[in-house]
Amino acid sequence: MSSTTAQRARSTAGTDGTGKNGAGKRREGRRSRIVAAGFLLPALLLLGALVVYPIGYSVQRSLFDRSGSSFVGLDNYLALFTDDSLRTAVRNNLVWLVAAPAVATALGLVFAVLTERVRWGTAFKLVVFMPMAISMLAAGIIFRLVYEQDPDRGVANAVWVGVHDTFAESSVFPKARPLPVHPLEAAGDGAFVTKEPVRAGQPVRLPLVGVAPAQMPEGARPAAPPAGTDPGTVAGTAWLDFTRGGGGRPNEVDPAERGLAGLRIEAVRDGKVVATATAAADGTFALPADRADGALLRLPASNFREQYDGVEWLGPSLVTPAIIGAYVWMWAGFAMVLIGAGLAAVPRELLEAARVDGANEWQVFRRITVPLLAPVLAVVLVTLMINVLKIFDLVFVIAPGSAQDDANVLALQLYRSSFGTDADLGVGSAIAVLLLLLVLPVMVLNIRRMRREARR
Amino acid sequence: MNGTQVRPSRSPAARLASAAASGAVRVLLVLAGLFWLMPTVGLLLSSLRPSSDIAASGWWEVFTAPARLTTENYAHLLANDTITGSLLNTVLITVPATLLVLVIGSLAGYAFAWLEFPGRDWWFLGVVALLVVPVQVALVPVAKLFGVVGLFETTAGVVLFHTAFGLPFAIFLLRNFFAEIPRELLEAARLDGAGEIRLFTRVVLPLGGPAIASLGIFQFLWVWNDMLIALVFADSQSPPITVALQQQVRQFGNNVDVLAPGAFLSMVVPLVVFFAFQRQFASGVMAGAVK
Repeated sequence: MSSTTAQRARSTAGTDGTGKNGAGKRREGRRSRIVAAGFLLPALLLLGALVVYPIGYSVQRSLFDRSGSSFVGLDNYLALFTDDSLRTAVRNNLVWLVAAPAVATALGLVFAVLTERVRWGTAFKLVVFMPMAISMLAAGIIFRLVYEQDPDRGVANAVWVGVHDTFAESSVFPKARPLPVHPLEAAGDGAFVTKEPVRAGQPVRLPLVGVAPAQMPEGARPAAPPAGTDPGTVAGTAWLDFTRGGGGRPNEVDPAERGLAGLRIEAVRDGKVVATATAAADGTFALPADRADGALLRLPASNFREQYDGVEWLGPSLVTPAIIGAYVWMWAGFAMVLIGAGLAAVPRELLEAARVDGANEWQVFRRITVPLLAPVLAVVLVTLMINVLKIFDLVFVIAPGSAQDDANVLALQLYRSSFGTDADLGVGSAIAVLLLLLVLPVMVLNIRRMRREARR
Repeated sequence: MNGTQVRPSRSPAARLASAAASGAVRVLLVLAGLFWLMPTVGLLLSSLRPSSDIAASGWWEVFTAPARLTTENYAHLLANDTITGSLLNTVLITVPATLLVLVIGSLAGYAFAWLEFPGRDWWFLGVVALLVVPVQVALVPVAKLFGVVGLFETTAGVVLFHTAFGLPFAIFLLRNFFAEIPRELLEAARLDGAGEIRLFTRVVLPLGGPAIASLGIFQFLWVWNDMLIALVFADSQSPPITVALQQQVRQFGNNVDVLAPGAFLSMVVPLVVFFAFQRQFASGVMAGAVK
């Protein structure tokens, strides 16, 4: 069937002429052939030398070893599934292939449908589509900044730590600890507890060391000497028992020493917390005597927890999802614009009819819009899959040197195998051929579609 | 047209629900829009901060002290010959690679659409087949080939490579567009005695304007934004901006005052092209969905 199509196409092409006959027609034919050759020559030369010939070269080279001198058959292809670093690349590419197109397409679909409902939809589309115009290198640098580890610099961790600290109490004095001469000892689980029970009317000293002056809370003021002779309370002072430049006496409140503002203090009796207090700016605190008298004072571990530092986005385990995030940022706009164009072609009457029949928006979306858009969604998904298969720049730029092995993908490995210091052109060519084989179905699809259109 | 339109027949409860839903949609879209803008805004603001500030805190701190913003990073960058030179190299690669694709592509597109020669449709299918060939397949073989003919690590080599890989899409797009030109127009010109070349330059090219514009913008951005091809084929002494910046990324950390303005500078031209020619860009991207 396919060959008859071609014949028909050719025969119609042949009878298209203006009806000359004999030698004149033949001369005309030769002349037009020469003209056509002239028009096509530059394109065919470039395509032949730089696209077609390389395919042949890569296929042949992939069957030879590193040096290119001895034939190894399919060994280079087998290496893709046996060699550790190559296997990581194959596995990561699979993750990319499954996750990135699906997420980008889903977001594009949601955006395309929702933007139809607001008047400033065009402005929104512009914002989301914009990253398509910039280079993957620029996007890579943008996301290197986003993913910086230090929550004070990278916005992803700033937000993450912010959310985390809202739900988990943040510590004020990481690494603070008592000296042996102090009346406090470690309670085992990161907390500190007084060696002796406290008594009402007897001032309590809670000195600690090990806080860098710069790390002290901004509101901390010079500590007030322990003064708590009121029999109705257990009172005292928690302070940083350290005088910068020396000269401080241990266990005494010296003039330059500041209160541990915000330190949480618990009174514990028989393992149960009976009262709590927080140290004021000058370090003073007070607990009701009726409950705290005779109890031990504990400084809970939450005071001393290491500061939460956020997520290591570009560490070994998260680097691939993090880069996929950057990719989705770039390509969701592409999906949105294509799907939006498809949406414009969906007959409105159909949607309206469904709404009149009582379908809610979700049902309209799920049962009518999405099925009607299926062909567009397929095109978007396939396009993104082809694109993701060859992903290189984003990984190369975003993954730090130490994480490049963990973030490895086929195209990156191809680059390393082809141009690195320990290049293996056999493996490099095998990856190239593999990439080509993977896009082959799409190639066939394109050709089929072209022929169908030519028949019309 | 408007999906949130409320029909009078609806009950007050349904109307309330619909109003709430459209409010939720608005909030969601505003949040998503901000989310999408934030990374780029972060880059722009970082590029405008003194390097001591960049090292100490995140870009969002500028809102507490906007007076500290400065253009000194850009001044340093523009005084840096490597960066300005690499921007020039990008132009020297992008402009010829775009023009060559347009010229060679429209010549071939015209031949496939309107000239008679044996096997025309087969040749065209061959070109369509090349649409999806990944550039990676050609890196090593073309590097060897360029090495033999002395084009390796030259601007001309980069331009030729870009042209070759831009051609399948160019020919595909332009052939389809040219084929839509009414036959009568061409016949009339032929009867007036116009040769093929005259026909091509006087009739086909002007009519093909919109497609050529879309293609040109698409190819321009494609080449401008490329890093991989330049990484392999460009002279390491005179790289385009993407490669020059990539070399900086390797020491990412204390060079944000170079990277951020550099990245932004490299984005200016694509962004201007994007905002000026949104429609052509979108249609180019859509037509290129098969690439």
